[in-house]
Amino acid sequence: MRNVFGMLAAIGIQTLAMPAYALAGEVQTHAFDVRETVRLVRQDCGSCHGMTLQGGLGTPLTREALAGQSAATLAVIILHGRHGTAMPPWKSLMSEAQAQWIAERLLEGFPEEIQQ
Amino acid sequence: MSRRLLDRTWLALRLVLGCALLAACAQVPLRGTGDLGIVIERANGRVAIVDTTAKSVLGHIDGLGDLSHASVVYARDGRHAYVFGRDGGLTKVDILLQRIDKRVMQAGNSIGGAISQDGRLVVAQNYVPGGIKVFDAETLELLSEVPTESKVVGLADMPGQKFGYALFDKGEIWITDLTNPRVPVTQKYPAGLQPYDGLVTPDGRYYLAGLFGEDGIALFDSWHPEAGARKILENYGKGEEKLPVFKMPHLRGWAVAGRNAYLPAIGRHEVLLVDTASWRETGRIPVKGQPVFVMARPDGRQVWVNFAHPDNGWVQVIDTLKGEVVQTLQPGKAILHMEFTPRGEAVWLSARDDNAVSVYDTQSFTKLMTLPAQSPSGIFFTSRAARMGF
Repeated sequence: MRNVFGMLAAIGIQTLAMPAYALAGEVQTHAFDVRETVRLVRQDCGSCHGMTLQGGLGTPLTREALAGQSAATLAVIILHGRHGTAMPPWKSLMSEAQAQWIAERLLEGFPEEIQQ
Repeated sequence: MSRRLLDRTWLALRLVLGCALLAACAQVPLRGTGDLGIVIERANGRVAIVDTTAKSVLGHIDGLGDLSHASVVYARDGRHAYVFGRDGGLTKVDILLQRIDKRVMQAGNSIGGAISQDGRLVVAQNYVPGGIKVFDAETLELLSEVPTESKVVGLADMPGQKFGYALFDKGEIWITDLTNPRVPVTQKYPAGLQPYDGLVTPDGRYYLAGLFGEDGIALFDSWHPEAGARKILENYGKGEEKLPVFKMPHLRGWAVAGRNAYLPAIGRHEVLLVDTASWRETGRIPVKGQPVFVMARPDGRQVWVNFAHPDNGWVQVIDTLKGEVVQTLQPGKAILHMEFTPRGEAVWLSARDDNAVSVYDTQSFTKLMTLPAQSPSGIFFTSRAARMGF
């Protein structure tokens, strides 16, 4: 019985830890802070698009809502904004590589923030 | 049932009731609510109940859904509050018993609400589906709705059971009369491009909608509805390059000090001064970043300003007599909201990324207390219960 609980706990922890591990692993491979970038998208993009990215004054940014878009196009919108809308250019606050990374993650379904 | 059994049952019932009453009494000492408030903890869908006299957290109410953009209005008893969640949840809470009284899911995507002059109606403003919904404040029964086919911003209560709000996609101000709450009567006024938020003046006379799509603010005088909405501050950014706006300012923290109104400029690192008699611009005060909340201390001598990313770790204080910034503070990481105690001797600030709420003395600018809170955002004290537009 104890073993079963132990196994369940181990599986539970592993499942929960996996996204965090994947992101933690990425920190070394990028010139920007992945954790901070996730936070920026959830909290600051979230002030218009919603923290859950399901939309607000801004459009929804869920995987379903963005289906069919290319990462390159999204990265351009992030960096340069969208004329005639409230979407500002973020190029003064992030690099092209960072915008590209955000665009790719949005298309996959954006990761949750890692709680410290 | 025999008489004896009845007696026994009655005795048992009295014992149980007596214990329950005693337990309730033991849990909730008799007290008023004038120095209480609510802090939204956006990360885990709960609110903290705080005491501004003891500067302490009294307890929490859980289970309020997605509070990533949440606001609160108070019933006029100062004991019950209505929490509007991002996911369309509307929850009536009892801050003395620290529990949920009623909860309904009323929309798919919502940003806030307001309570009627007589306290009997609660109205929610929604993005999806766009419109307002009218609820009985006691039961949360849906009484009527006004579809707008547009995102609704800046809903505020006005005298005469009226509500003012603006339509982001249609560029209009709508005034809905809910004298008969089941039969809303709505007047519509052209306002300007993309209103992003709105407010009523403290006397309930004027409704203002800040415009994002063009320079200026739309002003509606409810004493002269026939005149419609007119534009003020039309030229405040004219001829200058449009600046990126990283966060929409909030107008709800309406700042009137003396005869001036203090309003956040859009994109620019400025607070705009408007004379509330002539509605002309009377000055601009340079500040550290893009202002989000511009809030007057209740006595009007100070105006506190917080900022959009990347300057959201700063707060500045304007002395309204000098017309300039006299204090620059770094109260914590990501300052999302500020709330003055009822008479303004202290201000509470939420520092989202520090998981803390800080209390400052507004005279000496010293930090009096830091309280733990999980990703705190809005702070709402019960003194709002008696204020129009809050």
